[in-house]
Amino acid sequence: MQLVLEKRAERSTIIALVSPVIAIGLTIVTMSILFMIIGKNPIAALNVYFITPLTDAYSLQELAVKAAPLVMIAIGLSLCYLANVWNIGAEGQFLVGAVAGSWLAVKTNGTDAGVWVLPAMLLLGAIAGALYALIPALCKVRFGASEILVSLMLVYVADLLLDYLVRGPWRDPKGFNFPTTAEFDPVATVPLLFEGGRLHLGAVIALVIVVAAAVLLGRTIKGFEIRVVGAAPRAARFGGFSSNQLVLLTFAISGALAGLAGIIEVAGPVGHLQPGISPGYGFTAIIVAFLGRLNPVGILIAGLFLALTFIGGEQAQIAMKIPLDITKVFQGILLFYVLACDSLILYRIKLIMPQRKVADGAA
Amino acid sequence: MLDSGSGHARSGTVLLQTIGLTKRYGSFLANDAIDIAIRPQEIHALLGENGAGKSTLVKTIYGLIQPSEGEMLWQGEKMVLAGPHDARARGIGMVFQHFSLFDNLTVAENVALGLDGKESFKAMSARLEQVSQQYGLPLDPKREVWQLSVGERQRIEIVRVLMQNPKFLILDEPTAVLTPQEADQLFVVLERLKSEGRAILYISHKLDEVKRLCDTATVLRGGKKISTCLPREETAASLARMMVGTEIKQVKAAANRQTTVPRLVVNDLSLAPDEPHGVHLKNISLELKGGEILGIAGVAGNGQDEFFAALSGERLAKDPGTIVIDGHAAGHLSITARRKLGAAFVPEERLGHGTAPRMRLSENALLTGHAASGMVHNGFINTAATLATVDRATASFDVRKAKRDPEAASLSGGNLQKFIVGREILRNPIVLVVSQPTWGVDAGAAAVIRQALLDLAAAGAAILVTSQDLDELADIADRIAVMFHGHLSEPLMTADADRETLGLLMGGSALTPKDVPDAVGA
Repeated sequence: MQLVLEKRAERSTIIALVSPVIAIGLTIVTMSILFMIIGKNPIAALNVYFITPLTDAYSLQELAVKAAPLVMIAIGLSLCYLANVWNIGAEGQFLVGAVAGSWLAVKTNGTDAGVWVLPAMLLLGAIAGALYALIPALCKVRFGASEILVSLMLVYVADLLLDYLVRGPWRDPKGFNFPTTAEFDPVATVPLLFEGGRLHLGAVIALVIVVAAAVLLGRTIKGFEIRVVGAAPRAARFGGFSSNQLVLLTFAISGALAGLAGIIEVAGPVGHLQPGISPGYGFTAIIVAFLGRLNPVGILIAGLFLALTFIGGEQAQIAMKIPLDITKVFQGILLFYVLACDSLILYRIKLIMPQRKVADGAA
Repeated sequence: MLDSGSGHARSGTVLLQTIGLTKRYGSFLANDAIDIAIRPQEIHALLGENGAGKSTLVKTIYGLIQPSEGEMLWQGEKMVLAGPHDARARGIGMVFQHFSLFDNLTVAENVALGLDGKESFKAMSARLEQVSQQYGLPLDPKREVWQLSVGERQRIEIVRVLMQNPKFLILDEPTAVLTPQEADQLFVVLERLKSEGRAILYISHKLDEVKRLCDTATVLRGGKKISTCLPREETAASLARMMVGTEIKQVKAAANRQTTVPRLVVNDLSLAPDEPHGVHLKNISLELKGGEILGIAGVAGNGQDEFFAALSGERLAKDPGTIVIDGHAAGHLSITARRKLGAAFVPEERLGHGTAPRMRLSENALLTGHAASGMVHNGFINTAATLATVDRATASFDVRKAKRDPEAASLSGGNLQKFIVGREILRNPIVLVVSQPTWGVDAGAAAVIRQALLDLAAAGAAILVTSQDLDELADIADRIAVMFHGHLSEPLMTADADRETLGLLMGGSALTPKDVPDAVGA
């Protein structure tokens, strides 16, 4: 008996929809085993991870707050991945966007600058993220350097830049030597949607970006170009599309979205610039992009799900003393299963029974 | 060469027999209960259109595919093959249509890679030279493969198989890549192998060849065996009928085609290759008028791909004036700009070049239609327009498909090619550059495509057709030029272009020495 992957004539639409669900199911099974190994009750742990956060209003708002940057970044990454361009450095672009926007907040801190400050910060964040993302893109187009390596390594550069700024020039003089800038002024802060809540304008911006991406990919020639360059590069060249231009464009867009997410995070939930502003949004967004099938609506759903793992992970640490790193293990296993299940879209599994009549005859 | 017994085998004994051999892929029967018997000292033709099941059958015999049902007998005994090594151990050898050679290795190194490695490299090299001499397949073991012509590369494959001293050889369309003269040389070798008592299974769809060379022919159609016959007692027409099942419509050119102004002009085009072993295009000039079809013959790999890329704009020429489309210098223009001038292109590879395999037909209509056919407004795609193109191509060119807008990869080769040609012709191009228009396409679809090209020319377009199929060019082209080592010969009127002349040009021997200063080394 042997297992064979058999190519399908057409990609299966059903599996394309179901595959993330299968992946999540397999992940939960694997996690349950893992919980048992570390001596925790898997039912209770899964309950804390996935059910409890959905039962109170505060957690639900927090879910949207955490999902917003994930979705924004993942939308940008999905454009890259659809075009077969591998931006792994969204975390760095997120941090650089946060730094660039914060520069204006720090400079105008305590002055009576007007309401233009926040829009200008968002713009700065997006531009800085895009420029930072263009470094690996240009290296790839000009020198043939691997964009995977260059973009990944630039994450650590951005991390250290932020670290230097908040410990050095931008440190809050009244901050008891903590590595942080001063609290941003109200005009430099992303407004909340409800008084006293957690939900802020970033969630709305993320939704707008989802809709824009859906229109771009589904209705425009540019979106078609992105998809065809990734799916069939030679056919794309035959169609008259330049893959180099697209490398620059997709990197710039994804960098801008990551940078925007970065400055929104700093000017919103955090309120000042400090190290550790991201629990790894830029990397988790890679999982969001794939779990969401590189589809804008899918990414929205996947973003909410991954946000749940962040919140559930924190609660599990508090309630059951489960290490926070389990969340990362969870996310890694999920990506692994998503990619594995994706092969079922183009292939079907077939069980082949031995049919050697000769062997039967000889026996 | 063979063991004493089988060398003088009576022609009555059967070497290989298949009984009810069946291969099923899901619900699809690639081979349906095929019985075939091959005797020593026999050249047995396996005839059939693309998709008839020829490849499946020979791959089963060579151990690459496990049959779903049925059995094989080898010298009267039941044979189950675990893989090609099992087949080789019994004395079955196969020469594939697509060579598996490493360009950067020498002839001897390539042969060594295919053998079991029990003898020393030196001994193997000596034996290689001896076998190649003995069969009139001269090869220099020390030359690197990229320096060799396609015919020479095929020799390596054949010698590699002969060095295993097979009793039974399978050759998959061996003459598809050869000039007529090279094919003649190959036939001499095959006759010789036959006289030594070996059996040969010869896959082809060239009926004249089969009639000339083969003792027996088995015809497959739609996975089933139609008949086994003696090809010398059949006519080409009767064999074709068995292969196709119906009469093939003859293509007909319009009686009085008028040529008009020059639509496509190439002026002294030279282009260095962008790949290590690509072909350097040298001083190509041609002029093609509206209403005219120019055929470009030549063995694959002599610069046809590079020429297509230069004409289409996938690679740009340095000097704009080297390519002129409808009076506009276009050498520096992108493929999109050339399309806007009224040019259309059909590349050789259907999947991955002409279409994106995993995208829908409507999206593939957009692939080449976005530049100039109202499919895009202000950056937004007009889905109705792309679907309309699919519907029109479907209706005009009889594209058979399972649903209205399937993925390109789900269509059969012939239907996809009809769609691609239709997609381009529906844009009413004034210049059409087509590469291998009917390669791997069933006879019915090929006739549709050739007729469409003739009709387009009759409507006033200039058409450049690159093909390895001389019969096809004779059918549709007004003039034929030959490409060899990046040079293009002067075009001949089709009436004057007999196989002999074309064959010499394809082998490079009819070119004057000053034209090919470095042809030998290249």
